[in-house]
Amino acid sequence: MIPAQFDYVEATSVADAIRLLAEHGDEAKLLAGGHSLIPLMKLRLVTPATLIDVTHIKELSYIKEDGNNIVIGALTRHRDIEQSELVKKHLPLVAHVAGEVGDPQVRNRGTLGGSLVHGDPAADLPAAALATGATMVIAGQNGERRVSAQEFFIDFLETDVQPGEILTAIEFPKHTDAGWAYEKFVRRAMDYAIVGVALQLGAKPGVALVNMSNKPHLAQSASQAISKGAAIADVLAVINDNTNPPEDLNATVEYREHLARVLTQRAFATASK
Amino acid sequence: MSLVGARVLRKEDPNLITGNGQYVDDLQPAGCTSMVFVRSTEAHAKIRSIDTAEALVLPGVLAVWTSANIAQLANCPGGLPGLDQPLLAKDVVRFVGEGVAVVVATDRYIAADAAELIVVDYEPLPAVASLSAAMAPGAVVLHEALGGNTVHFQDFENPLDDVFAAAPRTASLHIVNNRCAPTPIEPNVCLADWGRSGLTLWAAFQAPHHLRNTIAQYFGIPQDSTRVVAPDVGGGFGAKINFVPEFFLTALLSKEIGRPVKYTQTRSECLVAMLHGRAQEHDASVAFDNDGRILALKLSVTQDQGAYPNGTGMGLPVLTTAMAAGCYRIPAVAISWRNVVTNTTPVAAYRGAGRPEASYTIERLIDLIADETGVDPVEVRRRNFIPVDAFPYATHSPLAMYDSGNFAGALDELLKHVKYDELKKEQEKRRQDPAAKLLGIGFASWLEIAGFGPPGSLEAFGHLASWESAQVRIQPDGSAIIFTGASPHGQGTVTTYAQIAADELGIDFDRISVKHGDTAVVPQGIGTMGSRAVAVGGEGVKTASGRVYENAKRIAAHLLEASAEDIVIEDEKFFVKGTPARSVPWSEVAWKSFQPLELPGGMEPGGLDSTVFQQVPNFSFPSGAYCCVVEIDRETGGVNIVNMYLVDDCGTVINPLLVEGQVHGGVAQGIAQALFEHMLYDPSGVPRTSTLMDYLVPAASDLPGYVTGRTNTPNPSNTLGAKGVGESGSVGAPPAVVNAVVDALSHLGVKHIDMPVTPIKVWNILEGAK
Ligand SMILES: Cc1cc2nc3c(=O)[nH]c(=O)nc-3n(C[C@H](O)[C@H](O)[C@H](O)COP(=O)(O)OP(=O)(O)OC[C@H]3O[C@@H](n4cnc5c(N)ncnc54)[C@H](O)[C@@H]3O)c2cc1C
Repeated sequence: MIPAQFDYVEATSVADAIRLLAEHGDEAKLLAGGHSLIPLMKLRLVTPATLIDVTHIKELSYIKEDGNNIVIGALTRHRDIEQSELVKKHLPLVAHVAGEVGDPQVRNRGTLGGSLVHGDPAADLPAAALATGATMVIAGQNGERRVSAQEFFIDFLETDVQPGEILTAIEFPKHTDAGWAYEKFVRRAMDYAIVGVALQLGAKPGVALVNMSNKPHLAQSASQAISKGAAIADVLAVINDNTNPPEDLNATVEYREHLARVLTQRAFATASK
Repeated sequence: MSLVGARVLRKEDPNLITGNGQYVDDLQPAGCTSMVFVRSTEAHAKIRSIDTAEALVLPGVLAVWTSANIAQLANCPGGLPGLDQPLLAKDVVRFVGEGVAVVVATDRYIAADAAELIVVDYEPLPAVASLSAAMAPGAVVLHEALGGNTVHFQDFENPLDDVFAAAPRTASLHIVNNRCAPTPIEPNVCLADWGRSGLTLWAAFQAPHHLRNTIAQYFGIPQDSTRVVAPDVGGGFGAKINFVPEFFLTALLSKEIGRPVKYTQTRSECLVAMLHGRAQEHDASVAFDNDGRILALKLSVTQDQGAYPNGTGMGLPVLTTAMAAGCYRIPAVAISWRNVVTNTTPVAAYRGAGRPEASYTIERLIDLIADETGVDPVEVRRRNFIPVDAFPYATHSPLAMYDSGNFAGALDELLKHVKYDELKKEQEKRRQDPAAKLLGIGFASWLEIAGFGPPGSLEAFGHLASWESAQVRIQPDGSAIIFTGASPHGQGTVTTYAQIAADELGIDFDRISVKHGDTAVVPQGIGTMGSRAVAVGGEGVKTASGRVYENAKRIAAHLLEASAEDIVIEDEKFFVKGTPARSVPWSEVAWKSFQPLELPGGMEPGGLDSTVFQQVPNFSFPSGAYCCVVEIDRETGGVNIVNMYLVDDCGTVINPLLVEGQVHGGVAQGIAQALFEHMLYDPSGVPRTSTLMDYLVPAASDLPGYVTGRTNTPNPSNTLGAKGVGESGSVGAPPAVVNAVVDALSHLGVKHIDMPVTPIKVWNILEGAK
């Protein structure tokens, strides 16, 4: 609960952050809301030599409309997303999920980018990004590149952000007026999900599962079945395809698979209301 | 207007809620240093060697100690001779979290870095992390001196075999009372400064004088220059009445390095190093007739003491077995208990300390009788209650001489709030509808033993005595200061004592302050535990205030040239009854009480100052009736409390706001035990719930609203009539919740579910019934 020694520097712009990343190398970590990184540091599970604080980069905190997309800056806080009229209108799933993260303190500090880059299979927002078909905008010394949410999540706490890179924005295709639901099964309101299901209906449907694999999980077969207009029973039959659920004090594999089915069914019921 | 009984806002709160409280960790005396532990990562191992070389040379490090540095010192006080915990492990570690070494450095970060550099070479030994493992034949023995792992075994005097054989019906349950971690918001914290003028120890503690007495004795130093201060304390729940190695280590290290030494436990340490609670297993049997009347009860308790048994932990099964029969008239009761050591964190008092375990088991048994006989659980309770006219009521235990109660009255009051018949119909309806959530209704008529205590009761736990001190001192301006030995840790004692004193003295509530927690300020004291602060300490405030008031009346009478018997007080003015026009204010009486020329003959100056060592003849017996209504999600197994009705009988209520606060908090902890919290170990003794992500302390959003009600049978052992309410909620809530869950599932043949009732447990039951 007492972190090891580290240096602290503040980045003033994206370019500055990229420069500092290059300067400090592998031993440096970007600090956004700190709500995943600092707990790990306090347990000394992570011991970066330098923290590059990016929270003062104003240009990375915004929500804007860009044609068929809503673009959210990586440093936008969960709370701002939860309350944004623009997000509520065009991406109600994302606004709702942002409001389901932890408790108000967490939502006032944690950032969308931090949650996505952290890549925790038990986190809420990665599932929303997968279900809505978001694209990540990543900047580095060689400029900017775009990666789909599905390719972005690689393994447990591992994403496609390479050393020296920073996630700058997330582009969400609009899902205006489409059905959606988020079902999160927890023992305590502020907990990470034991299992969660993010369901986006409409023209580009998608369903993503929380805490059902070693990484944030897009239920591909189920998503395809939904696009083909399959019956709910057929979606449920494939919802656990390719999952790899963990076993812990709260759940066995069998129980998690059961919950995934139950929550998906409920998500359909909610989404159609 | 009487202040006793009024909803007075807490005097404590303006400071606490604006961040102006002062906890030990807020203190930062000049030159303050920081101590950090290296704690065992092994549940049971020999220590081959400890390499401190790298830590010692880290800049900023002032000392690194292992047991070798304190070889001449006695073990931590409070334990059992020969089985007590060393201040730092000697040769062997016996639980994960046991202190192995300490580092003192100029700041906490350096100390933590140095602690990381210490290398302990362990030779793992087989570990026993559960009662069954510890008692298995051939199990590894924790303490060679003991020969086995049973510390103490008290067999049945008469196992009642004949009664059980002859009874129309019998039923039994094996019950696990889950181990809990007390988890106060403030963990263990202390700060020692041992200089030329003596030792001062600031400690987050519930009984500062008890610590002063012990630490002076331990070091062989005089008490006049040993001072213990418990400033604001952020909760304790019983875990802060036991001595822990850090008190003695910070003191010694301060003497050694000549600077103040502070230790602030981290949350991770708190979960494994602060003493745990509960951790009992019960084998319980009842004999009863076809109408649900109980004929006999037989209870055998096995108490997990953790690695190092202590006096408080050893007392737990004594209290459990004493209260085994609850509110019921049971013709024959047989009790037996066993204390066993395991490679786990030591166990001691935790809110309720032995009584929640008792009420849980007897209330589960009552529901089992209902289930077996088909008699409604409410009716089974009524048929077996000790009637109102049977008090004082002698139980099977000499400890528990019930002095008062109205158990049927509390249940009647409860049923005014609960729409029981409607709920039962609704339950039936929902059972028929596969899409509906299952409904369960659970009752608990609970009784506990509190108000510790009568002479001898706390001495048995190593305390100086069982009275509580109260000093009431009038200042020259007529304001009053109360000094109490019942040092609070969140109870609101400053407010309740001022209310009691305001009524007795006729002094305005706002001109009464309460001082506590500092052995250099408060004459003597015992502490706050066992729901005694009002029942014993508050009674002392009343007694002392009454004595001061009598003397004040004599002075007022002298000034008014009247007789003391005729003097009355109103709005801080003394006057002769019937003639309010001619009066003397309290301020004048107070001022003149210090002036020999103004005093009546024979009265000495300074007479408005009284110190009382309040004794009480018996324990108190708070009781009540709770009802919990749960819904169960048939698909997920999730349990949701929809309503919780709580009728408490704590005798006279000093402040309803504070009583409700205690009930809400205690019930929250009871619900926590029933649904959320469980300190779990794997078979090798590694804690599986060592962070607050796994050890699930519920927050406000996880708890229901409460409907509270009250009955009042005054405590006959004090003049206030107050019984104590600090632990009640944690005694009554667990059985109400679990009874509700079992009721919801009873149509599936479910008789019992061990706590905590997790969704997966319920789901497995529902699946099994398909
Ligand atoms: C008590 C508590 C409860 C919580 N409950 C939940 C919950 O219920 N559900 C949930 O989903 N989450 C929960 N969280 C996690 C929370 O949502 C975190 O805020 C979030 O996961 C991380 O965001 P952050 O801004 O705090 O990132 P940080 O902790 O600052 O960073 C996380 C990681 O991402 C990297 N990083 C951050 N920003 C960028 C960037 N722009 N580019 C590249 N790398 C970057 C950092 O270097 C670090 O490795 C909880 C956290 C706490 C403390």
